Amino acid sequence: MTAGAEQERRIRVLIAKPGLDGHDRGAKVVAASLRDAGMEVIYTGIRQTPQMIAEAALQEDVDVIGLSILSGAHLELFPRVVDALSERGIGSDDVLLFCGGIIPRVDWEAVRELGFRGVFGPGTDTREIASFIREQLPTLPARAL
Amino acid sequence: MGSTSGHDWLESTYRPAVERAGEREALFESSSGAPVEPLYGPEDLADWSYQEKLGYPGEYPYTRGVQPTMYRGRYWTMRQYAGFGDAAESNRRYKFLLEQGQTGLSVAFDLPTQIGYDSDAPEAAGEVGKVGVAISSLADMEALTEGIPLDRVTTSMTINATGAMLLALYAAAAKKQGAALSAIGGTIQNDILKEYIARGTYIFPPRPSLRLITDQFAWCAQETPKFNTISISGYHMREAGCTAAQEVGFTLANAIEYVDAALEKGLELDRFAPRLAFFWACHSNFFEEAAKFRAGRRMWARIVRERYGSTNPRSQMLRFHTQTGGATLTAQQPDNNVVRTAYQALSAVLGGTQSLHTNSRDEALALPTEESAQLALRTQQVLAHETGVSDVIDPLAGSYYVEALTDRVEEEAQAYIDRIEDMGGALTAIEQGFQQREIQESAYRLQRMLESGDRTVVGVNRFQQEEEVEPPLLRVDPEVGRRRARELAELRTGRNHAASSAALEAVRAAASGSENMLPVLVAAFEEYVTLGEVCGVLREEWSEHRETLTI
Repeated sequence: MTAGAEQERRIRVLIAKPGLDGHDRGAKVVAASLRDAGMEVIYTGIRQTPQMIAEAALQEDVDVIGLSILSGAHLELFPRVVDALSERGIGSDDVLLFCGGIIPRVDWEAVRELGFRGVFGPGTDTREIASFIREQLPTLPARAL
Repeated sequence: MGSTSGHDWLESTYRPAVERAGEREALFESSSGAPVEPLYGPEDLADWSYQEKLGYPGEYPYTRGVQPTMYRGRYWTMRQYAGFGDAAESNRRYKFLLEQGQTGLSVAFDLPTQIGYDSDAPEAAGEVGKVGVAISSLADMEALTEGIPLDRVTTSMTINATGAMLLALYAAAAKKQGAALSAIGGTIQNDILKEYIARGTYIFPPRPSLRLITDQFAWCAQETPKFNTISISGYHMREAGCTAAQEVGFTLANAIEYVDAALEKGLELDRFAPRLAFFWACHSNFFEEAAKFRAGRRMWARIVRERYGSTNPRSQMLRFHTQTGGATLTAQQPDNNVVRTAYQALSAVLGGTQSLHTNSRDEALALPTEESAQLALRTQQVLAHETGVSDVIDPLAGSYYVEALTDRVEEEAQAYIDRIEDMGGALTAIEQGFQQREIQESAYRLQRMLESGDRTVVGVNRFQQEEEVEPPLLRVDPEVGRRRARELAELRTGRNHAASSAALEAVRAAASGSENMLPVLVAAFEEYVTLGEVCGVLREEWSEHRETLTI
């Protein structure tokens, strides 16, 4: 692929809701705003199992995965999503991971250690998420030139 | 020479002042984007008739309140939504709240309970006890209500897809306490349509879900006449992003769908309609929210009387619970949330709410700590006992602005109801994703306004400060899932196998027939059949609903 074609490929983002909570306002707002920012966004809908999310990431060949959760189950569910991804050969050095929802700050370090480079809580300006993606994506080890 | 009319004043006095000094916004508008004028006066109520629009408290069309005495008789019920971890832990929190002067219980269930999974189901992993209490069996319900006299304390249960099951469990627990079913009171949320639209804890497709609801209408009218059989909720649609007018329009359209379903089943309007209750959000646009409650009451009274021909005044009264706006809370500068909540609570009380939950300051961060939950309750107590606002009924009535707003909310909400009716009713509209899309668009519009600075949220897009340390938060014991799994294993080995299996098969048989589900559910739970087992059977019989994706 030429450099020009490489640049033309729009960034593909999967926005997914693991777990059982139905609070999808944030996920949908982020999905719509990233789409307006020129990215290709796939939204999974609510109540996705880690396997469903990983499978969607694989099928859709995404560059970025954003998980939204508000039930407080992030420390149990995020590791399972990361495992399901790695079972499919998708690692955090290749795909940019971020998350949002209700994630108390005391958990941010644990979430970052799982490979999530961004944590976006309530009150986030969605433009920050778009620039985070544009800045961080090229720096992933498997993508660095 | 003074102005002779509002129009005259606008031209001769206001405009020149604006030309000199300007206005602080280019556009003043309501949550639904309608323009807000600088001043309201008699012209805004030109064809307005007091009798037609307001009437008197306790009288049709109930714009001024459903009870004749309102808060001069007694204050609204202070009902704080709570629940986390296991039943014993939540029972302690309820007793604490009752000791603090709370006057009714409001139970939050965890997501597995709401979606019909036992605490030890694989689907429940990580979610047990997180957003509410885990209830899988009658043993849990007994522990939850231990020491709380169910014939004296009313209980509101935020439960929908599994509403019939939790009602059956509650009734079974009350019977074991020795309480008469006719004496137990409270509310089951039971509003499945808004789950499809916004809240997301559905299980079954619409038809069997509506059957469970109308089965409860029928059963409760016989057995538990003091129970509100449904709480038709705008709250969650509002939280998901819709405007005040959409909240009223979508909710009343859902209410019409439930009434139609019950009539179709052959139930008598004036027997079930008095037990329909409503649940609104109260967000920050102070007057618009107060107007919304008044408009909702008037609209429902007219729908029930004029459209359905009700002759029972109790059917026509829109009684409602209010919760302050969870989505208005900020993670930044969390103490500011106390102030937001207090204003919202005032607005709800001026709007004539029957019960109120005030959010805690830390709820944009986690479930509330005991200390923040107490402060939230104190906020209501100060409002009730110190401000004097509850001494006069509907004190905002007659304000040109509030009456004009009440009319406008009604008009906009009615336009949504008409549109939904044209589509074939609330359920058909939901299946086409109409309400979901509308809500999504409103949420996105608001987000854009926040990001462009057209809408201010203190501490978020203005008046920010370097982030302070996060306050201490409630942490649900991560061991609760494992502990619950052990308890459930014991329950399953300890119960009478033959009797519980037979009771579960009776549930299956009833599901495929048309008899009322409630008696078989109560009987099954009395044999310690679990919630997950019951829902598992019903999933097999009725299948599961799939979300209409709108983005």
